[in-house]
Amino acid sequence: MLVVELIARGLVQGSIYALIALGLTLVYGLLRILHVAHAALFTLGAYIGVLVTNATGSLPLGFAAAMVAAGLTGVAMYRLCYAPMLRQPPFVALIASIGLYIAFEELFRIVFGASGLSYQAPPLQEQVSVFGVLHFSEAELLVMAGTVAIIGVLGYLQNRTRIGVACQATVTDPQMAQSFGIKLNTVRDLNFFIGSALAAFAGVWVALLNNLVEPTMGSVPSYKGLAIIVLGGMGSVRGTLMASLVLGIIEAFGTIYLSQFLDRNAIAFAFLILVLMLRPQGLFARR
Amino acid sequence: MAYEISLLTSMAISVLFALSLNLITGLCGQISLGHAAFLGIGAYTSAMLCKAGLPFFATLPAAMLTAGLVGAVVGLASLRVRADFLAITTMGVVFLFVGIVRQQDWLGGELGISDIPPSGLDKPGFMMLAIVLAAATAGLSVYLKKSWMGRVFNGIAEDEDTMRVLGIDVPRYKLAAFAIGTALAGLAGALYGQHFKYIGPDSFGFIESISVLSMVVFGGIGSIPGVIFGAAVLSALPAWFQFVGDYKLLMYGGLLFLMMRFSPEGMAGIVRRLFRARRPHETRKPDTASAPRTKGIHP
Repeated sequence: MLVVELIARGLVQGSIYALIALGLTLVYGLLRILHVAHAALFTLGAYIGVLVTNATGSLPLGFAAAMVAAGLTGVAMYRLCYAPMLRQPPFVALIASIGLYIAFEELFRIVFGASGLSYQAPPLQEQVSVFGVLHFSEAELLVMAGTVAIIGVLGYLQNRTRIGVACQATVTDPQMAQSFGIKLNTVRDLNFFIGSALAAFAGVWVALLNNLVEPTMGSVPSYKGLAIIVLGGMGSVRGTLMASLVLGIIEAFGTIYLSQFLDRNAIAFAFLILVLMLRPQGLFARR
Repeated sequence: MAYEISLLTSMAISVLFALSLNLITGLCGQISLGHAAFLGIGAYTSAMLCKAGLPFFATLPAAMLTAGLVGAVVGLASLRVRADFLAITTMGVVFLFVGIVRQQDWLGGELGISDIPPSGLDKPGFMMLAIVLAAATAGLSVYLKKSWMGRVFNGIAEDEDTMRVLGIDVPRYKLAAFAIGTALAGLAGALYGQHFKYIGPDSFGFIESISVLSMVVFGGIGSIPGVIFGAAVLSALPAWFQFVGDYKLLMYGGLLFLMMRFSPEGMAGIVRRLFRARRPHETRKPDTASAPRTKGIHP
């Protein structure tokens, strides 16, 4: 029974990773930039979610405010930070992004305090039992359902609508797409908005699951998000999803069976290094 | 006076550490986000051997050897993956290092190692040692940059595939860059442990890796005087200005971002531009360093 329990826990964690990594994948696919500062939007979303929910008493309002604020900040990041760097060698944007993330993390600490915030009355904490053996909180079940729904909607948008096809065209060949009348900046803004809103969505969920928001909550997901998009084959949405779930499950087992040798973060990166050395193109990439 | 000596010592150690990263990232163009792991390997090797009764000076070569060996192994990764992928792999290395050390009781675990036996030198003597070693590393960097090996490094940084076509054994030079750079980081680590008398897993984490990268970037990637300047200034600033001490990370982060946004070539780039602006009649060479690089994105 422990095995089923661990897989279930892994899937919950994996869903969170997937929500964070999807935004990273969108950005990487579009611009070939490793967007470390993405996790700052995850933290920003969590803070705004908690603040708005506490002020108004409405969790949906908290979600909406967090996603819009993070989305707009994400677009601002693209316009002010990444857009002017696209012609530079790749490490320039990477280092700038790391700098941006560290500065944001410190700003959160200075503005909101180091000790963190929590919900006054944490919603969705009731325990639900599934098949009589597995116990989840409502929040855990909803985060899994939410991830599946969002990925479904994204998949539909990307493959069946005009704007989705425009995004794909921009990824494949920006110049050609532009000459067909696709506005590159609109597509990129939209991508940053959606990716950042997803990160905020994940942030509010994590705040719910732990009932705690702190300045450093983004650091581990940020580095792990990078590991995940590498495992997923960089820029592939399906690969990212699979890699997130696999990593969630591996960590769940690893913390039980490997904890005397490695801590949780080291397990993820050991797995990453192992995979990269054996399959440098990523776990789920098509050649 | 004791305070100034201590500050100068840590500045010299930072300069040595930053120059060691500059060998890999600056001269050879292989980005490393995990350089603090090698500082840690050097520090732990030296501290453990000191505790076992060896004199401090005998532990220096051992620290360099262990760090260099592990560095060569990590360098193997650079043969397999490039650019962005290499950045993430090396980032993984530092998390792995911290994760492993944290769970090992014989390495002190979470608590780290304290009461490292003294080196036998007094404080000014130790400061001189650190300065001499940093100067020697600077000399070595200049020598390497001018040598055949340095030119190959530069070629690899600019365009690896062309170097391959020219018949250069690229893997060998990349491994050499990693081995030399990480061995020097190990040396810096041994000094670090001896200077602070305490080491723990969190002294060598990702933040430390980013700090040293920001020193290199601030000074100017690849420029030896720039890196010395960047490391000296950034390591001394928090001590000079107490108000910066609290906002140290905000400053590092902001500086990294602003430097990359407005001058990817760092202070060295700014100085070079000023110098050039004053002599407009000089024929301008095409600026190869800032030209857009298209290669090296994919593995």
